[in-house]
Amino acid sequence: MSRISPERAGNERTGNERQSADVIVCPGGPLLLRGDHVVQDEDGTDHRTKRPVSAVCRCGRSATKPWCDGTHKVVPDKQRP
Amino acid sequence: MSQTPDAVRRPTHLPKPRGPLSESVLAALVDGGTVPDPPADVAATVAPEDAAITLWTIYELSYRGFAEIDDDREWDPAVVTVRRALERDLEARLRERWPGRPAYDGDFAEALFAEVGAHDGPSLARYVQTKASADQVLELLQLRSIYHLKESDPVSWAVPRLPTTPRAALMELQYDEYGVGRPEALHAQLFADGMAALGLDPTEAAYVDQVPLEILEQNNAMSLFGLNRRLRGAAVGHLAAFEATSSLPSRRMVQGLDRLGLAEEMQHYYREHVEADAVHEQLAARAICGSLLEAEPELEDDVWLGAFTCLDGEDRVAGYLLDRWGAR
Repeated sequence: MSRISPERAGNERTGNERQSADVIVCPGGPLLLRGDHVVQDEDGTDHRTKRPVSAVCRCGRSATKPWCDGTHKVVPDKQRP
Repeated sequence: MSQTPDAVRRPTHLPKPRGPLSESVLAALVDGGTVPDPPADVAATVAPEDAAITLWTIYELSYRGFAEIDDDREWDPAVVTVRRALERDLEARLRERWPGRPAYDGDFAEALFAEVGAHDGPSLARYVQTKASADQVLELLQLRSIYHLKESDPVSWAVPRLPTTPRAALMELQYDEYGVGRPEALHAQLFADGMAALGLDPTEAAYVDQVPLEILEQNNAMSLFGLNRRLRGAAVGHLAAFEATSSLPSRRMVQGLDRLGLAEEMQHYYREHVEADAVHEQLAARAICGSLLEAEPELEDDVWLGAFTCLDGEDRVAGYLLDRWGAR
């Protein structure tokens, strides 16, 4: 699983080097994006992120695509990302 | 129309006492007298609602306080003594209800989502979505206002008590809850705007006298976990379960409000939570609780205690209302 918070984050950070992830894959759930991004959906429409961390739908069933709305939780395990 | 952010303002009315303990404590807080010693055995001698409203009032002194009570009373040793006696009683009850942590190997987040998914409590959101009347929804929102008008505040107490990685993660989540620097986007303010649009009083605690024990306990549990550093695990465990049970129910609330033609402002509050909490549940379970347990594995039981308390507390509130409405 991808770690959202590497053990090296925080205290051991040196200089301006960034060591914590900006893109995090949540098992069976969304893709988390930290910071400002523009996400282009299947139809080619651009959606700008509007919160400090955004969750992008990976199960394909969200009613608020491209953003996650938690629907993956009611998708059968085998069909989850 | 959006209210000024100051619509979430200091309570101007104290709660009504619900028994002899709250009567004597409230009277002493207001008139500046000495708060009496707490009873030796709270569970055996104080009615649950009397204990709960007393503790709730004392906790309020650590949030926005009351116009009628001197701010200095927050740390009055006699008040703190009563608070501790009531907290011990509440904590003992919460621990007694907790069945213990589930068996799982490995990942806390996966275990939490599985636990929440398997939890089959009564759902107010499902009832609102398809069946509730407008009056029932307004009643629900009045009861919810005790928490939603101070949304996210109880877990803010945990911030300075966490190790580096979960501390950064909790702040990232709270920044979003608090409107990313824009007061009009603060979640508590969105709820206040929704209340005002529905003709409800958005003053904090305006409806406290009509809330049942279940609501007082739900709120007191969050303050108990937040205000006691040793319970920081329970504070973030509660948060994780709360966020993990928010997105889908919030969408049902939007659909129910829309079905009844109720204020767009309140729909906006819940719509915001569909998306925000789909992010927050991942952050809370993985980045906050997961990383806290890596740094402080001895807190594992408390994290699960907090998560269970959230689910169980909501079951009790839902049970109370659905029974009252003859809806189950």
